[in-house]
Amino acid sequence: MRELFQKIVIYRFEIGAIILFGIGFMNLLLQKNLVKKIIGFNVMDSSVFLFLASQGYIEGRIAPVLTNGVTSASAYINPIPAGLVLTGIVVSVSVSAFFLALVQRLYLKYGTVEFDEIMLLAKKEAE
Amino acid sequence: MLPWYQNLPFICIFLCMVNGITMPLYRRARGAYRATVTVAAVVAVLSGVLLAVLSAGNIRFSYKMGHFPAPWGNEIAAGPLEAMLALMFSLVTALSLLGGRSAQEHDILEPKQPYYFVMMNLLLAALLALTYTNDIFTAYVFIEISTIAACAIVMARDTAKTIAATIRYLVISLLGSGLFLIGIVLLYCITGHLLIPQLAEKVAELVATGAYTLPLTVVVGLITLGVAIKCALFPFYAWLPLAHGGATTSSSAILSGLVLKGYIVLLVKLYYSVFTIAVIRSLEITSVLFVFGVAGMIAGSLHAIREEHIKRMLAYSSVAQIGYVFLGMGLGTDAGMYAAFLQIFVHAVTKPLLFLCAGRLSEVQGHEKSLYRLRGAALTDKAAGIGFTIGALSMIGIPMFGGFMSKWMLADASLYNPLKLWPALIALAASSVLNAVYYVPAVIALWTPSGYMATQPVRPDRRFLIASAALAVCVIGLGVMSTPVLGVIERGLALLGGI
Repeated sequence: MRELFQKIVIYRFEIGAIILFGIGFMNLLLQKNLVKKIIGFNVMDSSVFLFLASQGYIEGRIAPVLTNGVTSASAYINPIPAGLVLTGIVVSVSVSAFFLALVQRLYLKYGTVEFDEIMLLAKKEAE
Repeated sequence: MLPWYQNLPFICIFLCMVNGITMPLYRRARGAYRATVTVAAVVAVLSGVLLAVLSAGNIRFSYKMGHFPAPWGNEIAAGPLEAMLALMFSLVTALSLLGGRSAQEHDILEPKQPYYFVMMNLLLAALLALTYTNDIFTAYVFIEISTIAACAIVMARDTAKTIAATIRYLVISLLGSGLFLIGIVLLYCITGHLLIPQLAEKVAELVATGAYTLPLTVVVGLITLGVAIKCALFPFYAWLPLAHGGATTSSSAILSGLVLKGYIVLLVKLYYSVFTIAVIRSLEITSVLFVFGVAGMIAGSLHAIREEHIKRMLAYSSVAQIGYVFLGMGLGTDAGMYAAFLQIFVHAVTKPLLFLCAGRLSEVQGHEKSLYRLRGAALTDKAAGIGFTIGALSMIGIPMFGGFMSKWMLADASLYNPLKLWPALIALAASSVLNAVYYVPAVIALWTPSGYMATQPVRPDRRFLIASAALAVCVIGLGVMSTPVLGVIERGLALLGGI
C-alpha cells in the first residue's frame, strides 16, 4: 500500500496527464455543445503538454539558465520538452481560434451552439 | 559547398509559404489566383528537376536547416520518391486550381478569394513539408497546418452546410492529430530524439535489447490510429463525404486527391525509416491495416452506390480508393508497398480529373448536383463528358488506364503472401464490380439526353480544358507506361529504409 502510494506520488504528473487526456478526448468526441467541445480539445492538448513538460523535469535541478557560473549540464533540466510545449501551445491556440470562429459563424446563423440542433436546422433548410 | 540541387526542397516549401503570406495584398482575386497557380507550377518544375537529378544518381540526402548539426538541428531529407511525390502534389494543385477557376468565381465571394488562395498555398507548403521533413515534431506542426488549411478550403463556400461539415471534419482531424501528438511525445520520451535517423538508431537498439517493447507497440499503435483517422480509413470515414462533397470543385479535387495522401506518405516514411518494416510486420500492424483496408474498399463502394449527389458519390469512392492503398500496405511485402504507392499516384490524378469534370458538368446544367438532373450534361459539354468517362473507366480498372495498373500490381503483390492471397483477390474483384455498379450508370446517365439540358450552347472553358486534358494524359500515361514510376518508387523506398 505504502509502495503504491509512493509510486503515485512519483508519477503524479503522468497519471494526471493521462486522466486529463481521457477527459479531453471524450469531450472532443462526444460533447454536443460546440464550445464545450473546444474546451475538451484544449484540455486534451494541455494534458499532452503537462506530460511532455513533466518528462523534461528532473527532481532537484534548476531551469537551464546559466546562474552562478555552473556550466555542468547535470545541474539543469532538459530544455527541449519545454521548447516543444511552446510550439505545441502555439499550434493549439491557432486551432482553437479557427474553431471558435467557425462556431461563431454558425451561432450567428442559427442562434445555437448545440451541434445536433444545427444539423437538424441545416437539414430542414436543405429540404 | 552544397550541391545546388540540395537547396530545391527548401526553396519549394519556402516559395509556397511566402506566396501564401502575400496573398491578402492582392486587391483583385485574379492576381492572387494567377500568382498561386504560377507558384504551384514553378514548384512542380523544380520538383521535376530534383526528381531527374536524384533518380539519375540514385541519391538521398539530408539538408540541415539553420546549420545546427544532427542531434540538435532540424533537417529535411529528399530522395527520388519524395521528389516525385512533391511533383505530384504541386502539379495536381496547379491543375485543380486552374480547372476549377470558374467554380471558384461562382462559389466564393470575390473579396474572400485572396484568403482562399492563402490557404491553398499553405496547404501545398504543408504537404511538401510532410513529404520532405526529417523531424517528427516538425511533421506534427505541419499536420496541424494542413488540418487548418484543409478545413478552411472546405468552408470557403461559406454556406451553413459547409461550415457544419467543416466542424465535423475539424473535430475528427483534431482527434487524429491529438493521438499522433501523444504518440510522438511517448516516442521522444523513450528514445530522447526527434530526428528520424537518430530515432531509427535508438529504436533499433531498443528492439535488439527487447527493452520498452510495450511502449513501442503503443507508440506505433497511436501514430497509426491518428493517421488512419485523418485519412479516412474504414471506420473513420463518416466526415469525408460531407466535407469533400460540399466544397468548391478545386477544394474537393485537392482534398480527395492529395490531402489524404500526405498523411499516408508520412506514415510510410515513419514505418520505413524509424520503426523499420520488419518490426511493423512482427507487431501485426500490417494485418490490422489489411483488414480495415478491405472493409473500407467494400463499405465505401456500397455507400457510393446509394448516393445520388455526384460529388458525394465521388467522395465515397475516395474512401474505397484509400482502402486499396491500405490493402497494399497491409500485405506487408515490398511488392505490396510499391503497389500502394502506385495506387496513391493513380488516385491522385484520377480523382481530381473526376471532380473537375463533375464540377464542369454541373456548371453547364445550372449548378445541379444530383445525377438525375445532370442527365445529358455530357452532351452539352463533350470534353467534360469524355474526361469523366476516362476517370470512371480508370476507377473501374479497364486496361490502358491508370486504375488497371494499380489493381494489377495489388493483385500481383498479393501472390507473395499466401495467407492474405484469397481475401485480397476476392476484395479486389468485388470492389471492381462494385465500382462498375455505380460508375457505369453515372456515365450512361450523363450521356443520355434529357429535359434538363441547357437550351443555349455553353461557352467553352479553356482553363478547364487545359487542366482536364493534362490530368487525363496523366491517367492514361500511368496506365500505359507505369514502369518508370514503379522504378522510382522501388528505388525511393529502398533508400528510405537504408538511411
